[in-house]
Amino acid sequence: MKRTILLLFLLLAAMPARAQDAFLAALPGLGGGFGAQVEAVGQLGTLGDPRALPILTALSEGRLLRLADGTLLIRDGTRLLNAATGAPVDVAEADTQRVTINNRVRGALRGALGQLQIISPNSAERLAAADAIFRARSAENVPLLDAALARESVPEVRDRIALALAASRLVATNPADKLAGITALGETASPQARSILLEARAANPEVATQIDAAVAAIDQRLAIRRAAETLFQGLSLGSVLLLAALGLAVTFGVMGVINMAHGEFVMLGAYTTVMVQDFARDIPWLQPWSLPIAVPAAFLVTAAIGAAMERGLIRHLYGRPLETLLLTFGVGMMIQQAVRLIFGAQNREVISPPWMQGTLMLPFDIPVTANRLWILCFSLVIFGLILAAIRMTRFGLEMRAVTQRRPIAAAMGIRTGRVDALTFAFGSGIAGIAGVALSQIDNVSPNLGTGYIIDSFLVVVFGGVGSLAGTLIAAFGLGVINKMLEPWAGAVLAKVFVLVAVMAFIQRRPRGLFPQKGRAAEA
Amino acid sequence: MSATTLDTPAPSRIRLGLRAVMGVVVVVLATFPLLNMLPQDSVFHVSDFLVSVSGKWICYAILALSLDLAWGYAGILSLGHGAFFALGGYAMGMHLMRLIGPRGVYGHPVLPDFMVFLGYQQLPWYWLGFDHFAFAMLMVLLVPGMLALVLGWLCFRSRITGVYLSIITQAMTYALMLAFFRNDMGFGGNNGFTDFKELLGMPLNTGAARASLFYASLVSLVGCYLFCLWMTGTKYGRVLTAIRDAENRVRFLGYDTTSHKLFAFVASAMMAGLAGALYVPQVGIINPGEFSPGNSIEAVIWVAVGGRGTLVGAVIGAFSVNGLKTWLTSAAPDLWLFVLGGLFVAVTLFLPKGLVGLLKGRAK
Amino acid sequence: MKGRRLYLDGVSVVFDGFRALNNLALVVEPGEMRAVIGPNGAGKTTMMDVITGKTRPTSGIVTFGELDLTRMDEASIANLGIGRKFQKPTVFDALTVFENLELALKAPRGPVACLRWHLAGAGRTRIEEVTTEIGLTDRAHDLAGILSHGQKQWLEIGMMLMQDPDLMLVDEPVAGMTDAETEHTAKLLARIAGRHSVVVVEHDLDFVRALGCKVTVLHEGTLLSEGSIDHVQNDPRVVEVYLGR
Repeated sequence: MKRTILLLFLLLAAMPARAQDAFLAALPGLGGGFGAQVEAVGQLGTLGDPRALPILTALSEGRLLRLADGTLLIRDGTRLLNAATGAPVDVAEADTQRVTINNRVRGALRGALGQLQIISPNSAERLAAADAIFRARSAENVPLLDAALARESVPEVRDRIALALAASRLVATNPADKLAGITALGETASPQARSILLEARAANPEVATQIDAAVAAIDQRLAIRRAAETLFQGLSLGSVLLLAALGLAVTFGVMGVINMAHGEFVMLGAYTTVMVQDFARDIPWLQPWSLPIAVPAAFLVTAAIGAAMERGLIRHLYGRPLETLLLTFGVGMMIQQAVRLIFGAQNREVISPPWMQGTLMLPFDIPVTANRLWILCFSLVIFGLILAAIRMTRFGLEMRAVTQRRPIAAAMGIRTGRVDALTFAFGSGIAGIAGVALSQIDNVSPNLGTGYIIDSFLVVVFGGVGSLAGTLIAAFGLGVINKMLEPWAGAVLAKVFVLVAVMAFIQRRPRGLFPQKGRAAEA
Repeated sequence: MSATTLDTPAPSRIRLGLRAVMGVVVVVLATFPLLNMLPQDSVFHVSDFLVSVSGKWICYAILALSLDLAWGYAGILSLGHGAFFALGGYAMGMHLMRLIGPRGVYGHPVLPDFMVFLGYQQLPWYWLGFDHFAFAMLMVLLVPGMLALVLGWLCFRSRITGVYLSIITQAMTYALMLAFFRNDMGFGGNNGFTDFKELLGMPLNTGAARASLFYASLVSLVGCYLFCLWMTGTKYGRVLTAIRDAENRVRFLGYDTTSHKLFAFVASAMMAGLAGALYVPQVGIINPGEFSPGNSIEAVIWVAVGGRGTLVGAVIGAFSVNGLKTWLTSAAPDLWLFVLGGLFVAVTLFLPKGLVGLLKGRAK
Repeated sequence: MKGRRLYLDGVSVVFDGFRALNNLALVVEPGEMRAVIGPNGAGKTTMMDVITGKTRPTSGIVTFGELDLTRMDEASIANLGIGRKFQKPTVFDALTVFENLELALKAPRGPVACLRWHLAGAGRTRIEEVTTEIGLTDRAHDLAGILSHGQKQWLEIGMMLMQDPDLMLVDEPVAGMTDAETEHTAKLLARIAGRHSVVVVEHDLDFVRALGCKVTVLHEGTLLSEGSIDHVQNDPRVVEVYLGR
């Protein structure tokens, strides 16, 4: 290690004078035979002179030309440049000859370009270079990478350079370096590191034990990461289920009214988001606020429609759940068709605000998309608000009174009709809010809601009708179970399994799931 | 008291009137293929289109009858009857696929085109036997029947009723739709089965085949109608009605309501399967779209519009709603879904007994 | 003497912490008539629910002859020969009086048996007898849904008679009946007892006196007093429950 660093210092100190000469000396080799080309490319890469980058790029892209006297030119658009000086030259292209390369040269070029790009000021290029070097894997790159690692400040790029360094050490002849490489690779959680370790195992029987240990360490880390990833995906799916089901948990769970247009309310919430966004488009100061504004807007729109539907239609059918089911299905069908005629059948684009874009890294390198994380938090906040509204407000008290013992609530002066309308509007409004969140991850089309009604219903039933906490647990539970099953069974069968599991659960706990209270939906 | 006062009274005039309506419908339909043979310029000529579309309606009417048996009589509102229809259709489709033989695009002697395309080496085990008509017909009834038996047993045993049962049946057809969309199920994925050639040695693209399928459907409709009429006329039918109205009370009379409901549900699923099997050779295609929950719920509205709990009502509902659909989807396609949605609302709010209820009201 | 002995011991039913029945014991001998009285919430209906399988007891023994009723469902218990008339009459509104009685008639109960069922002479005669007994001969082919409340009560009793059960559980049979009808019902029940065991739950003490049988008084889910009507009416604990506070 010490020696490498010393060597590097020497190299760096000698660079200005020696590199110049070496650069010019290596250049003509590019115009020679394939063997000479490989050698020259290798030299240029190791030299690390930034001027070599455009030349090698031109060579790899077939833009390097040669004059009869051996001078190398680069075609840059319509101009021709002297490769050594970069100055334009006045030569007809017809007088030149394209420098051809073969696969061996191409391989050498990839490594050399990586070596050169690793010192590029652009971090994305450095990242790509680190990956290229990682793939090329040559012990010669060790000093270069060491230097690059010392300079690097972007964490993501650092990680990749370290990986490339470890991989390059793995092929070193020096056993100490090799072991250092194995150890370093074993400390990552990279499937690529795992595969090159396994590759190296056959060639290096003397370090097989160390390689096996490193592979096992990687496997363990990968397993943890996979589990954590699955957990997050499950929670994310759970939050979507929770959002979709919460409105139904109020209208069906608490009130006992089955609303098959629930999915359409979710869809209307998503379209409200689209409309708010379109409205805010031309008002610069409003634009970043369009999503937060869409939340109350969607609540009001769907709550108003819900209230109108309850007063106008549903209240005539209390105590007749099957008729209510058919009626609300018909209303949902009409809402869907109306949206289709007004907004068109195709998907509408919803722009995510900047703070919802991108990917975050949790510990263990678990990638998490920002919008999923936001929706997870959002669903919990909404859940908390609903719970508070039901437990702690006057409206919540009246709502519980009416659903539990209607005549007595009426006798105590509660206007039961008004409470019915408000409760239904409340549940519908929550569906609208869910639509705002779902517009960020699902296609906003008139069919948006269709898929959610069955899932929502299963969540509410699984959690126990009338229990909001049950809905929460059921949503996350079903989400995680679904995602755990997916790798084995595939998305569709996982869904079918979950369905069968819920049915089996109802078999075991039918009483827990059908509490006979309020106007329970019983045929 | 004389014994005569307790003799079972003769069927009421209304009931006889409804049966007469059914008779008229059947007789009129029976003339369609014959009138189709008249010259085109004759006033009585029935177009090819009307023959083929009414052939489809007859299948829908059988589906409506089956749903009415479950919903109108036993109180089981199934939102997944389309699944039984589609399963019957798939069983028939498998038979028709096997009959194509080497005439497929790839010319494989045994494997249907989609299997050759997907790289199957041999026929999956569950395709065996479908080359025999009798076996396929057995499956047309047994596959939907078995599904109904398992699902019904699980649900009825745990006393899942009402909207819970409805949603579970809907989830069932939804899950089947997702499953049938998959290529590795061995049922042709989202393309399903099509390009059928013949049935019982009869090329399907001929007028004679169309007329035969039409009459087969009509005979099946009459058969199913008479079967339901007989069934609902026995004490079993009265037990079903009693279960529909007060299931707990029936239990206290000593009836095991689970087995009674199961019997009706399975019989109903088999009828739906038969309807699907008759439908597929007439339309020439079956794909997973038939499992879509929307199809099942559309069938519910046929029964609701016609009048549930009356067999004739189910048949009338299927014909009238589908007639309206055929007309509207060409005259004003954007309007159709509004009308269908409006039918749900109007029937539940204003016409709970359907068109037949309206007729009965007039008769009184 | 046909029939079995009904035996309840240590029966408790707990709903969400509320003890609807608390260590209840009751024995009804074959052919015996028993009246059960008690204030509202004493557990009379819950007791019937436990016997007929509608409610599973939290603990305790419920047997009919040798058979453990806690392990059977409603239909099997009914088929053992335990009939029940509900407090709130539930007859099948969409069927006629005749059809209601026909459904209750003792006969094979399976779906296939029902499909092949043909009402034979003996069954028809039995329906005619019961129709006469309950005074609904003129209404035999009317839908049960259009009967008056009192007539529905009679139809319920008729349906229980049709089942020809060994044990009849009769919940408030005379609610909504005229005095003449009440008297008729008392005579009817007295005639039935002897051939069948009968348990009558009633509020109407005059009616209970007219039955002239052993009386069980329930209070807060447990047995308070048992004996002749005069005995229980003079039992100070019973007096306190009904009058004192």
